[in-house]
Amino acid sequence: MKKLLTCAAAFALALGIAAGSASAQDKLKACWIYVGAIGDFGWTYEHDQGRLAVEKELGDKVQTVFVENVAESDSERAIERLARDGCAIIFTTSFGFMEPTLKVAKKFPDVKFEHATGFKTADNVTTYNAKFHEGRYVIGQIAAKMSQTGTAGYIVSFPIPEVVAGINAFMLGAQTVKPDFKVKIIWVNSWYDPGKEADAAKVLFSQGADIIVQHTDSTAALQVAEEQGKHGFGQASDMIKFAPKAQYTAIVDNWAPYYVRRINDVLNGTWKSQSSWDGMAEGTVNIAPYTNLPDDVVKMATETAEAIKTGKLHPFTGPITKQDGTVAGEAGKPLADGDILGMNWYVKGVDDQLPK
Amino acid sequence: MDASLAVLLTIVTAATPLLLAAIGELVVERSGVLNLGVEGMMVMGAVAGFGAAFLTGNPYVGVIAAIIAGMAMALLFGLLTLTLVSNQVATGLSLTLLGLGLSGLLGESFVGEPGARLPKYFGVDMLIPFSFILTAAVAYVLFRTKAGLIIRAVGDSHNSAHALGYRVIWVRYLCVLFGGGCAGLAGGYLSLVYTPQWVENMTAGRGWIALALVVFASWMPWRLVAGAYLFGAISILSFVGQTRAWDIPTQFMNSLPYLGTILALVVISANRRLTRMNAPASLGQAFVPDR
Repeated sequence: MKKLLTCAAAFALALGIAAGSASAQDKLKACWIYVGAIGDFGWTYEHDQGRLAVEKELGDKVQTVFVENVAESDSERAIERLARDGCAIIFTTSFGFMEPTLKVAKKFPDVKFEHATGFKTADNVTTYNAKFHEGRYVIGQIAAKMSQTGTAGYIVSFPIPEVVAGINAFMLGAQTVKPDFKVKIIWVNSWYDPGKEADAAKVLFSQGADIIVQHTDSTAALQVAEEQGKHGFGQASDMIKFAPKAQYTAIVDNWAPYYVRRINDVLNGTWKSQSSWDGMAEGTVNIAPYTNLPDDVVKMATETAEAIKTGKLHPFTGPITKQDGTVAGEAGKPLADGDILGMNWYVKGVDDQLPK
Repeated sequence: MDASLAVLLTIVTAATPLLLAAIGELVVERSGVLNLGVEGMMVMGAVAGFGAAFLTGNPYVGVIAAIIAGMAMALLFGLLTLTLVSNQVATGLSLTLLGLGLSGLLGESFVGEPGARLPKYFGVDMLIPFSFILTAAVAYVLFRTKAGLIIRAVGDSHNSAHALGYRVIWVRYLCVLFGGGCAGLAGGYLSLVYTPQWVENMTAGRGWIALALVVFASWMPWRLVAGAYLFGAISILSFVGQTRAWDIPTQFMNSLPYLGTILALVVISANRRLTRMNAPASLGQAFVPDR
């Protein structure tokens, strides 16, 4: 009798669990892993805005989950946890998540993985990136026009191709206005460290730069610019709230169109592994409203942005002279995507040694 | 502004939070308590300072709130280690973890908001000269007043001090609260002056550096100033080196401040006479008054 009751209880329990998980399975579970905090008002913030857009548009069919502040060294555990928890698609939003994503993807062939800013794909792993360098070209032109010392200060994190391409695009844009424009670069070895970024900004201003550009995620550098009466550009989000007089414009990432598109693909069963690279044309890279700028500069920047959007102008149109004197690209033709994605050289005019 | 003056000012602002937190910890350790919770108290001070300034619109309220938050954490630490006689090292570490987590939770709604900055007077942040005044005050009290003598006595031999009739636990409580207040103030400096915003874990390990600086300074207040400024200088100069295109790997330059601290600690510890002369002999030992 006891054995029968135990069996019946176990059966009921199993049924209950199955029913519970089945009802949870009705909605597609889409998960995001962030390297920073959603409140960084930069990179991670914009990804989370994309996630919220997915919720708004597809909320009846999709349930979203996110994990923030995942250190790259800890990411394998976090990604695996999400995969086990029933996520159908997982977006890993940092370059450093590349190997952990691939590792976990091998273990969970039915789960789809999307890795931002990476370059390795698999059957169930896609990479997606944005052509930030298009935005950098525009702000390079603005910087060269507005700088009174002819020198910009660039705060960067790690020497990965995307960052190097950003510096190069910025310089190429600046050189169209002022061929001998200079840039001073500080590597803070972190994507997000407000204290260090503030220190770097202060040092750059003291060394002759009067415009700050950053490829790091906090608003600290712009705050320093505001305090010292200098100027700069926001990164990933419109940071005008933090620097009402200092910000000229910002490169704003908008991941919403991409995320909605990919999740719809999963819902329709048309998801395929690919390597996508959206830019200004697709609306992933946007320029924030121009502030604190004279009208003629705004006009120039708007025209450049329009030209890039419609494809008339490509920031990396050959021939490009490298720092070592050799030439890349053919005259009149843009560099191949692969060359840009793997860029590990500076253009001529950058006085910096690329860290190994 | 002259370039070297600007760099010097940057070094000063970078060193000030370290000095503020370390001078408080120096007093705590002089009384014989090892408080490893400085990082947690600092970050709680940062979130409380920013939160209060943000909600009231008054940065001075933020400063007060930062000090109170640091003291509250210190009170908890005191209750656990002084009244309940728990292990000081373990309690300090857990308090750090508590502070980091709790501050993240409390600060969630403040992330992404620009904060009210503490205004400058005569072009200088008032907390910078204040840190010097505080150091001078601590040096004076510790070495030239009876109160300071009692503190040092309690730190060197709590049993003897107790036998002489001094209230060891009470003295330690006061010192721990002072240390917590200083750590909280240092955190408030970060979120109200240094980078006027709140982000999780914005102290970025400065509490640990402050702890190391106390040992580096062999528990002497003025050596603490030297240590804090040395650390700040190395951090900033590594950036200056990058702009001047010095051909040194940036990763090495970025780790220089920490390497410098470790080197300093090794050098000081190598001379056992030097360390033993100044370390409070009862540091970290639990005190249970034998009736």
